[in-house]
Amino acid sequence: MNTVGYTAIVLQVGAVVAGAPLLTGLMRQTRARLEGRAGAGVLQPWRDVRKLLRKEPITPVGTGPAFRWAPPLLVATSLVLAVLVPLISTDTPVRGRADLIVVVSLLALGTLALALAGLDTGTAFGGMGASREMTIAALVEPTILMAVFALSIPAGSTNLPVIVAGAADQPARLTSPAGLLAIAALAVAVLAESGRLPVDNPATHLELTMVHEAMTLEYAGPDLALVEFGAHLRLTVLLGLLASLFAPWGIATGASLAAVLLALLLAVLKVAVLGMALAAAEVFWAKLRLFRVPELLAGSFLLALLAVTASYFLGGEGGQR
Amino acid sequence: MGLLRKIRDTGRVAEPAPPRPEGHVPPQAKEFGGSVQVRCVDAGSCNGCEIEIAGAFNPVYDAERYGARLVASPRHADVALVTGPVTRNMAEPLRRTVAAMPEPRLVVAVGDCAINCGEFAGGHGVEGAVSDVVPVDLQVPGCPPRPDEIVAALRRVTGR
Amino acid sequence: MSLIPAALATATGLGVAGAAAGLVLPQRVRGAVVGVLTAGVGVAGGASGVAALGGSRWSAEVPGLLPLAGTHFAVDALSGLFMAVAGAVVAAVAVYGAGYVAGGAHGLGSRGAQAVLPLFALSLLLVPAAASVSTFLLLWELMALTSLLLVPAEHRARPAVREAAVWYAVMTHLGLVLLLVGFMVYAAQAGGETFAALRSGSGAMSPAVRGLVFVLTAVAFSSKAGLVPLHAWLPRAHPEAPSAVSALMSAAMVNLGVYGLVRVGFDLLGGGPAWWWLLAMAMGGLSAVYGILQAAMASDLKRLLAYSTSENMGLVVLGVGAAGLFDHAGNKALAGLALAAALLHVVNHSAFKALLFCAAGSVLRATGERNLDLLGGLRARMPLTTGLFALGALGAVALPPGNGFISEWLLLQSMIHGLAVPGVTTAIVLPVAVAVIALSSGLAAAVFVKALGVGFFARPRAEGAAAARESPLLMLAGMGLLAALCAALALVPGLLGDGLDRAVEAAGRPGTRPVSGGGLQVRLDEVSAVFSPLWVVATLTVTLGAVTATVRWAGRRRQRRTRARLWDCGGGAPTPRMAYTATSFAEPLQRVFDDVLAPEQDVDVTPMRESAYLVERVKFRNRVPDRIEHRLYRPVLDFLAAAGQSARRLAGGSVHAYLGYGFFGLVTLLVVLVVGW
Repeated sequence: MNTVGYTAIVLQVGAVVAGAPLLTGLMRQTRARLEGRAGAGVLQPWRDVRKLLRKEPITPVGTGPAFRWAPPLLVATSLVLAVLVPLISTDTPVRGRADLIVVVSLLALGTLALALAGLDTGTAFGGMGASREMTIAALVEPTILMAVFALSIPAGSTNLPVIVAGAADQPARLTSPAGLLAIAALAVAVLAESGRLPVDNPATHLELTMVHEAMTLEYAGPDLALVEFGAHLRLTVLLGLLASLFAPWGIATGASLAAVLLALLLAVLKVAVLGMALAAAEVFWAKLRLFRVPELLAGSFLLALLAVTASYFLGGEGGQR
Repeated sequence: MGLLRKIRDTGRVAEPAPPRPEGHVPPQAKEFGGSVQVRCVDAGSCNGCEIEIAGAFNPVYDAERYGARLVASPRHADVALVTGPVTRNMAEPLRRTVAAMPEPRLVVAVGDCAINCGEFAGGHGVEGAVSDVVPVDLQVPGCPPRPDEIVAALRRVTGR
Repeated sequence: MSLIPAALATATGLGVAGAAAGLVLPQRVRGAVVGVLTAGVGVAGGASGVAALGGSRWSAEVPGLLPLAGTHFAVDALSGLFMAVAGAVVAAVAVYGAGYVAGGAHGLGSRGAQAVLPLFALSLLLVPAAASVSTFLLLWELMALTSLLLVPAEHRARPAVREAAVWYAVMTHLGLVLLLVGFMVYAAQAGGETFAALRSGSGAMSPAVRGLVFVLTAVAFSSKAGLVPLHAWLPRAHPEAPSAVSALMSAAMVNLGVYGLVRVGFDLLGGGPAWWWLLAMAMGGLSAVYGILQAAMASDLKRLLAYSTSENMGLVVLGVGAAGLFDHAGNKALAGLALAAALLHVVNHSAFKALLFCAAGSVLRATGERNLDLLGGLRARMPLTTGLFALGALGAVALPPGNGFISEWLLLQSMIHGLAVPGVTTAIVLPVAVAVIALSSGLAAAVFVKALGVGFFARPRAEGAAAARESPLLMLAGMGLLAALCAALALVPGLLGDGLDRAVEAAGRPGTRPVSGGGLQVRLDEVSAVFSPLWVVATLTVTLGAVTATVRWAGRRRQRRTRARLWDCGGGAPTPRMAYTATSFAEPLQRVFDDVLAPEQDVDVTPMRESAYLVERVKFRNRVPDRIEHRLYRPVLDFLAAAGQSARRLAGGSVHAYLGYGFFGLVTLLVVLVVGW
């Protein structure tokens, strides 16, 4: 009965749930300050969610179960990911379940659910959002799986805690060419999966420039709260995944409560720094035209392919094991 | 690099927040708890009020710091910011927009035209003031109203 | 021991009885009786397959059935796997088919079609049991002929059916010719025509002959499996055939192509040099990507499903090729893992593809439409069919908790850990293979979101869809059986358990116990990976419940859901014509891949008679042709036509010329016999 492990999971999920809107608030605040504005404060997304939960739930005529169940499913997949991804500790009771391919596929499941909901409305914008979202998701898959491949070569497994623990033990892996290429590829993939600039603008009002928001134009009240919260969760989990894979220092590998608490603090710090860096970078970027996005994704795929080849030929662990 | 230097040199643009406005607070506003999503509806205005609303959300006045945010769909919105006298063609769309907003919802009439048709009273294309088409909860007079008046009205709704 | 022959004999008897019943019975009872008998064939055949998976083996020689050569049968775990899959699919589809034909005597319900259907089912079950070249070819041709008679069953309804049947006939017999030549060369060189003789004689053959045999049989089997470039029959025959037949073809017949490849490549020839398997991987990878791209462009629901079959078979053959590659490099354990993944994908694909085709058939029957651009709104009118299609689609998109994800996970694991095999070939080929699998699964997600979202959700786009009603009970029962199979495979893949290992061992590679109980694990020398689909489903369900409960508690003061008008931007009620169609959904993908797809656009402007500046009508046509067919087949067909034209000069009509041809032919033959031998 690994109590420390269970504690780690509870702390991790709690931190992700409580911190996801805070992360979005922090990112919005960073952007506001860079633009010279005062900003609404870090707690604003929580206020939004709280207010939305108390509003009137609406079911538009002509929508069905897909529309109704997509927001809870989106949040549920993100929460399962929050349990699986080793943000704080690699020695948890679920460490045997956290396969990286499964993690990537659960992300895709959330995207798919929302796309079906967009088509379920029967409006032109819903269909447009679904079509664009699925195109981008289809093109991001090769990059993500190649990055998974590149990361699993030195670790000998696609199991996330094994990869993270291996990276923590051998930091040289991350500064090798393979590691750097994999970071770059996965960073672009994370931008595409979480719907941030330059792939998609989360704050746009022009429907013809929307990808993710177009699918959610019909949601109101508690459903909208779940959709927004799900988006915050996804971003947090993805940034946490990046942080765990490429900056794993501080993650607890044993059964010590003190290490777990320290790891929690460090994880919060790492994700916050990553979020602020992303928000600052977004100030300088413009959204790419939709048909330039495949070029960006193809470029990141090439980086991931190079990472795999470099990992095999230069690392030597693949060939001579 | 040029942009970075510009950011550093410009610094903070937002003016310091004026004191909390006094005035009538619509009863639904108590449920918002400091977060208000706004949908702007142009029911036939000359766009003067739109420019002032855009000014209210720009870095100088920064209405977002009080919790108000512009959204793309009335389903996401709590407050409909209606400008202009309601033309005949926009009467039904305005009703539908407000009906699409979930409860609790508010309608704020911005500008003299929205309140009493202003300059365009009696025009052949004008159906009436906003209150003739949908119930209005808050009014912001002026032709056009200044951005800080619009911000003050929004602050009464958000309570911040 | 005696279960297998008893079950096979029962199946044969029921099949013949079914054929007789189809010929003789009146229309009122024909469908039901033939359906029951065919289901019996499926159950009996499936039972023998399950027994073989459980470890029984059986072989027998029946000299009387075929003159000269006699028939040989042998059932081991590998054939048992394919028999079990075919049996399950046949049983469920027979129930579905009984409901499908309950309407009338046309199409599948006609005497001829109902007589042939049990024979087709029987041939699907007997082909894996063949153990000599002549038996195999006989049963293969029986399967081809019976399916050929079934494909045009609805020829009165649509003229395109005849063209599809011709294409299918030509290509399947082309495959037969290649198989015939390949097997003949093999038997001649190995010194015997039973599989046992082929197995033992293969070691003595020269590499050139082995290579020739492999290429000929692999091309023939890959054509049957629907791999490019010989796939052209698949997107024609599967949409035009009655849906029950499409389901059988896509979920049981194409598997036999894979069976042949594994049997000949791994078991009989005993593995081979790397270029064999690279060829297989190239065909598989190309099919996977090309198939799913064409499926993404297809608006015809059944054509979409047919191309998806091509994609999945491509993934399977990719796995088989990888297994061969690892085997050749010496890593038998990894080869066993890759082969197990490929076979597991065959099983999962059969389950969800049969379900998808049956659901598509229900839609066709209820609405009269196959075109997704004219469907929609079926969720409200046919809720059960929509739910069943959604379950099949979940398997097809290869995402958890579907059953397609399970085999794809295993395949990815075998590829990723394949880098343990030394060599530059694997270092280059395996990352490309992983990229191909990833791209095809990403595109498959888009394809099935399109099929489900455009075809079933929102509102109907035409009257056919608006008039749809739920399918009759028998069809729902058949689909329900398949859905239960999909769900069982998704949650408890350990149902296959040791059977999968025995099948891999029957192909000559060590079993690695990848599936057990509610989970999968990979435990090889240097690698380990674990995945438990049951745990994922349980966690998702619990979390979903928690989220819903929390939201309900947080919004407890406003519980009642309001039904509001759809937000139409205020301008007026959105008509169903404003909703996205399948073509528009796929348009971004078409633009991204337009170099590969080469879409054709025609704009035809008809001006009015009074003035060329006033337009009376504009006709816009956008087509995505099958580019491989265009580039590869058209030149061949043109060449054949030209050769035929020029050969007409030989048939001048002069009797003297014909006599001369005969005389000189005979003289040449005699000279060759004297000199050559």
